[in-house]
Amino acid sequence: MKALFKRLQQCFPLSEITEQLNPQKGSQKNSQNSDLAFITVASDQLRLVLTHLRDVEGFTHLVLLTAVDWLEEDQFQLTYLICNRSKKWDIGLRVFISREAATMESTHDLWAGIATYQRELFEMFGIDFPGSPRIDEEFILEGWKDLPPYRRDFDTLEYSQRTYKDRPGRETKDPAEHMKQQLYKDGG
Amino acid sequence: MTYQLDRSQYPQKKADGTLDIDLTSGKYLKLWQGPQHPGITGNMSIELTVCGDEVVDAKTHVGYLHRGFEKLMERRTFMQVFPIVCRVCVPEPDFNEYCYAAAIEELAGLEIPERANWIRTLILEMGRVNSYLMYLGGQAGAFGQGVIGQWTTYVRDLMLDRFEELTGARIYHMFILPGGVRADLPDGFEKRMQETLLEIESTLADVKKVMLHNAVFKKRAIGIGVIDSKLIDHYGITGPNARAAGIARDVRIEQPYLIYSELELEAIIGQNSDIYTRAEIRYRDLLQSVDLIRQILSKMKNHQGKVMSKLPNVLHWKIPRGETYIRGECSRGEYGYYVVTDGSAYPRRINVRGPSYTHAIALFERLIINNNISDVAAMLVSLHTYPPEIER
Amino acid sequence: MKKELEKRVIKGPDGFEFEVEPLKDYYCDAPPTVQTGAYNEIVEKIFNWARSESIWILGFGTGCGAIEMRPLMTPRFDAYRFGVQWRATPRQSNLFIISGYLSVKTLKRVVRAYEQMPSPKYVIGLGSCTINGGMYWDSYNTIKRLDEYLPVDLYIAGCMPRPEALLQGFKDLKGIIREGKAEGANLYAENFEWYKANQKKVILDWDMPEYNW
Repeated sequence: MKALFKRLQQCFPLSEITEQLNPQKGSQKNSQNSDLAFITVASDQLRLVLTHLRDVEGFTHLVLLTAVDWLEEDQFQLTYLICNRSKKWDIGLRVFISREAATMESTHDLWAGIATYQRELFEMFGIDFPGSPRIDEEFILEGWKDLPPYRRDFDTLEYSQRTYKDRPGRETKDPAEHMKQQLYKDGG
Repeated sequence: MTYQLDRSQYPQKKADGTLDIDLTSGKYLKLWQGPQHPGITGNMSIELTVCGDEVVDAKTHVGYLHRGFEKLMERRTFMQVFPIVCRVCVPEPDFNEYCYAAAIEELAGLEIPERANWIRTLILEMGRVNSYLMYLGGQAGAFGQGVIGQWTTYVRDLMLDRFEELTGARIYHMFILPGGVRADLPDGFEKRMQETLLEIESTLADVKKVMLHNAVFKKRAIGIGVIDSKLIDHYGITGPNARAAGIARDVRIEQPYLIYSELELEAIIGQNSDIYTRAEIRYRDLLQSVDLIRQILSKMKNHQGKVMSKLPNVLHWKIPRGETYIRGECSRGEYGYYVVTDGSAYPRRINVRGPSYTHAIALFERLIINNNISDVAAMLVSLHTYPPEIER
Repeated sequence: MKKELEKRVIKGPDGFEFEVEPLKDYYCDAPPTVQTGAYNEIVEKIFNWARSESIWILGFGTGCGAIEMRPLMTPRFDAYRFGVQWRATPRQSNLFIISGYLSVKTLKRVVRAYEQMPSPKYVIGLGSCTINGGMYWDSYNTIKRLDEYLPVDLYIAGCMPRPEALLQGFKDLKGIIREGKAEGANLYAENFEWYKANQKKVILDWDMPEYNW
């Protein structure tokens, strides 16, 4: 796989490449992830890299498209995970986009199945993919007017307590505090 | 004189390949095959536009089972996540537990004992047998043959008894956790398991005669729901749906995980991918899983020892920043967990990639066009979709 | 509001134009009424006995619990010997088992199906999620107390309950029906405004009539 990285770096400007943990570092000997790597690309390079990997290098299977919300760094990370089935390699392409007016170009002509992932990201994170089929229709939630729920600043516990009434008589304890009181009753 | 089909009254194709449907003319009817329907597995609805008896347009609606799992998992510590993780996929819950546990072990750098790997494989294969049994019952039931569902649900119950003996619960086991498995096999488990497997095989011989050699089943299932092999990568189809088109893709063989490299198994493929071939492939895969369980039970005797490794203090367990993707081959296709951690005691993001996500929405809407209404339910069942993992 | 539910003018195939308002025209607009016993006490007792021995369940698996309903149809646990069967349509059923958590989208369909069932009708809440939210207690999409939205006659606790627990639940429900205490449908009719207000607070995309009959 290192030869692949060299070839890619000749064609495109890539940022950091994280290869998966080498097997000596404590993961199980049956780990299947010796051929998984994550590469950071710029958002305007993404389409070129994806097309290159799909047509030239043989990464034909799109596994998933998801987003991670890095609220502290004020950006979304989109991860496109693609797989070369014949050589059993996986590459995760990381793209960082800003959290305000989050938008990314749609790649539904490369893989038809990616339209579903893009619909979910639009509804759950608020990331727009202009031109993706059926993206304005409601996908999972119905009549939702609040913040997109998977963002880190949406507080699900507060929303749930506000909207759905609890049955009285429920007690919860923080497990760490509870165990501390049980084991160290005298405070020692 | 051969019968010429007269399609002049049906909608014609436009330039981009879609059908020219004018909803204001009185020719079309919108049917909702909604969440409450005996022909839909799970809770999903299909909005069909039919012209006479033939479906011309379909839109799937999901979201009836959305619980916001990925958000809930961010609010729980690593050890608190594992009891809820099995409820993501209701009929085959063990895969969630395995993928989550393997991802956390990889990110935290944990080694687990060898025997734990064997027991994990045993549980996964037992879950696969259960899932295929339920599929056979559902597929025959979609064509009106209810007796096969009765037989397969009964032997599935016998397997659930084995699960109860091993893990303590019938459906949600919560047995595979980061660090190993919860307990070892009880005494006499192997003997009772062999009896159950014999019972399953004898029922399957009956099912083969009644279902796969049945003239009615063949007439209704052959030639319908064909997936072109060019669509497989375009839509991300995995599992038996892909293998029915002749492409040998099985994660257990290509990227072996757990101890699959020490077992003998082969990818079962079919030639023409229609409903009948998919049913036959799953049937043969089920027989192979029964054989795999026998292999595991006999080879496991050489690996004795502990089943759980020592974990750090789980109430204050922090995992360094990283991300990983663990995949496995469940009975429907490729199941995967994408886990991102950020150095705190809570996971940053866990994304569940279920196989039904790609099958049930984009692919199904494409397959159902120009088919009869009575085949809609059968086609959805033949893609073996479980809606809970689509919207989690 | 969906386009097909708005008030509009339709032109029929023969050119005749007429105005239609689907939410008013296709549904009955009278709220439900309380159905008291029509006959004397002894006859009502016989009727209650008959109702308890033929409980027909609506086949709508709303959540996790649907998977433990399949074994009940097989000879091992055999619910049919208790007079219990599963029906495909709400018009022919009198028991609605809410099997597990209810997301808001399913709650709308459950309310619709419940209101389409003819009286007398009963509701069983299966699993801990109907009682206090279960393990989805902090989820933004699942409801926590079922009896705010529908009148519940019996709860079966567990996550998830075994088929034997369900059979015991059926036996308890029969006892409740025979004593004449299964008044869920009448409770719904008496407190109709309260139930409707709770439902409307949660179901944000309300495009149903007030009462789906």
